[in-house]
Amino acid sequence: MARGQKSVADMVPGETGIISGFSDDQLSSKLLEMGFLPGAAVRFNFTAPFGDPICVSIAGFDLSLRVDEASMISILN
Amino acid sequence: MSDGKKLKIALTGKPNSGKSSLFNQLTGLNQKIGNFPGVTVDKRTGQTSLTENTTAEILDLPGIYSLYPRSLDEKIVAEVFADKKGIYFPDKVVLVADATNLKNCMLLLTQLIDLGLPVVLALNMIDLAAKSGLSIDIKKLSALLEIPVVMINARNGHGISELKNVLASPLKPSQKKIFPISDEVKPIVTAVRNHFALSSDYEAFQYLQQPDSFIFLSKGDKDFIQQVASQHQFFPAKYQGAETILRYEFIQSILNKVILKAAGHEWKRVSIQIDKVLTHKIFGYIIFFGILFLIFQSIFALAQIPMDAIDNGFASFSQYLSHLLPSGPLFELIAQGIIPGIGGILIFIPQIAILFAFISILEETGYMARAVFLMDKIMRKFGLSGKSVVPLMSGWACAIPAIMATRTIENWKDRLITIFVTPFMSCSARLPVFTILVALIIPDTKLFGFFGFQGLVLMGLYLLGFLAAILSAWAMKFIINAKERSYLIMEMPTYRMPKWSNVGYTIVEKTKAFVFEAGKVILAVSIILWVLASYGPVDEMNQARAVVQQESANLRLTEDGFEDRVAAYKLEHSYAGKIGKVMEPVIKPLGYDWKFGIALLTSFAAREVFVGTIATIYSIGSSDDPTTIKSKLASEINPETGGPRFTVPVGLSLLIFYTFAMQCISTLAIVKRETKSWRWPLIQLAYMTGLAYISALIVYQTLA
Repeated sequence: MARGQKSVADMVPGETGIISGFSDDQLSSKLLEMGFLPGAAVRFNFTAPFGDPICVSIAGFDLSLRVDEASMISILN
Repeated sequence: MSDGKKLKIALTGKPNSGKSSLFNQLTGLNQKIGNFPGVTVDKRTGQTSLTENTTAEILDLPGIYSLYPRSLDEKIVAEVFADKKGIYFPDKVVLVADATNLKNCMLLLTQLIDLGLPVVLALNMIDLAAKSGLSIDIKKLSALLEIPVVMINARNGHGISELKNVLASPLKPSQKKIFPISDEVKPIVTAVRNHFALSSDYEAFQYLQQPDSFIFLSKGDKDFIQQVASQHQFFPAKYQGAETILRYEFIQSILNKVILKAAGHEWKRVSIQIDKVLTHKIFGYIIFFGILFLIFQSIFALAQIPMDAIDNGFASFSQYLSHLLPSGPLFELIAQGIIPGIGGILIFIPQIAILFAFISILEETGYMARAVFLMDKIMRKFGLSGKSVVPLMSGWACAIPAIMATRTIENWKDRLITIFVTPFMSCSARLPVFTILVALIIPDTKLFGFFGFQGLVLMGLYLLGFLAAILSAWAMKFIINAKERSYLIMEMPTYRMPKWSNVGYTIVEKTKAFVFEAGKVILAVSIILWVLASYGPVDEMNQARAVVQQESANLRLTEDGFEDRVAAYKLEHSYAGKIGKVMEPVIKPLGYDWKFGIALLTSFAAREVFVGTIATIYSIGSSDDPTTIKSKLASEINPETGGPRFTVPVGLSLLIFYTFAMQCISTLAIVKRETKSWRWPLIQLAYMTGLAYISALIVYQTLA
């Protein structure tokens, strides 16, 4: 991941960000299918008790993501 | 249909879209569970009548987001839709969509349209959509996609008759081409399309993208595709992401035109509040373990009454028959072999029903996803995934469906470890063994006047099995090399009340599967066992009377006492007795005698046979005594000590042995099928039984 590039994993509960791309090709096709599209707004809802996984909303759809996976989704600063 | 051919209709859609509810609405109890040939994916089919003279066969497919499968379960969907000559290829397809979440549901829909399939879009959960303030122009949606759109509420049956009407009338596939094949890949697609004489470009594109997902393609077919692809430098991964983005662009343009008013967030507020509690750092776990505790106490307390009734009922029925029927080997087989054998199957029904009621309620309400969410981090430390929670919990019912449920785990290493350790979870077949032994050796007193001691011990045994499972998983994490990365991208459905009829269908379905699948084995073993225990070498059996007479000449026995001794002598010299005696030196250090040897041996066919075996062995000794299994065991005397046979150390040693041992041929067979080799089931057998032997040895030697 490029330095200074913010990802979903860096967000705090309640924050919303705009997806700019993915830093991992392997996962990106799966993430795209679930609706993580560049330009879409993603909201960080809450984390599981140990901070991982996290729950996010994309287009009104609530999903769980592991922090590893969330760090692959870059968002606009 | 008039030509006598039945209409085949497939239900598809993403998970949590209400597909099962619709399936239940359409088919009622006219449904059956089978397997797709060659793979162990559940095939749910059922009959429905669309009009007075049109019946259709409904096929319920596993939930999927797109035609590109990530797991074995999902592979079958791509296979069914791509194999136009296959026996499951549907005449019509119903895409069940969650109206509150239309965007995600439409990805698969656009793929099905491109494949040229006649699709009906069933917009489900319109009640929730209305509640959320969402307003969709259905007519426009239907016109834009060129397919029929029906609004339904699969929970209360609203719109089902309209859907049936649409399905009964002729249905033409949409002529829309949503995903344009780019000029770059067009020549390759055309080559594949012409070679296989396919009806659409997208079908050819699918062949190129994932030839390995399609079992119906021969080795030669795949080689051809491989060759064409490499010749033209076609890399599947390169095009898949682009396809998804293009499709979503189309979907968004459609949604912009048909969504008159977007959904608010207000309707989810309750669900969000519930999540604050249920995924809370402390309360979340307290509630999770509280639910597990509730399940065990219910299984133990609620199931006890019907189980006792079944046990007593069959004991007296068997007794009644023994008196009624004339004596002779056939009638004895019926009264003492078959009837108790059937009782031994039916006695499980209350427990299986209660367990599946709970599992089904947890899934229906949306809590199961939260359990996965809560447990993922912890499970990963032990080499498992949050998704292992459902198979492991199902393992408490039966390892067979549980191991089949691991197919939702995309990652091979996570899946293999889950399969390997699931049989440690105490299945319902162990429960009767536990129940009988716990009731025998643990006093029926209550802690704080509330928690039954017996229930606590039972829970402890379940916990022990669970610990064995996760510790073994942890060890395996270091032994097995990962081939691919694991991930947890999973929908968190909005909480809602369970639909009770769905819970009911699940209970009926699972119980039926148990009675007819496992039941066959249990009944067969019961009969074989009765024969083994009733017959022996003719010479020895014939001289039983004479030998006993000689031995007890000075004892002045009553007639009954004499008969008991004859029966005991016969059992000892029967084939079963002989096998038990061969085993005795091996199991003696665990505190068991040859009678237990027989029971352990027959348990390898299925654990629950233990109870039936013990019942059969002891009922032969006292055929006139109309007591239940429990009191028979309690009155059994250990000839070496003169005290009761089932002492606390013996009981605990047996409980530990049954907690750990791999004693289920059906499970081994399913593991072989799922891992595609005998390697894992054999390792499992050796590992689990070895652990059981050593643990039981330690327990007995320490306590006795």
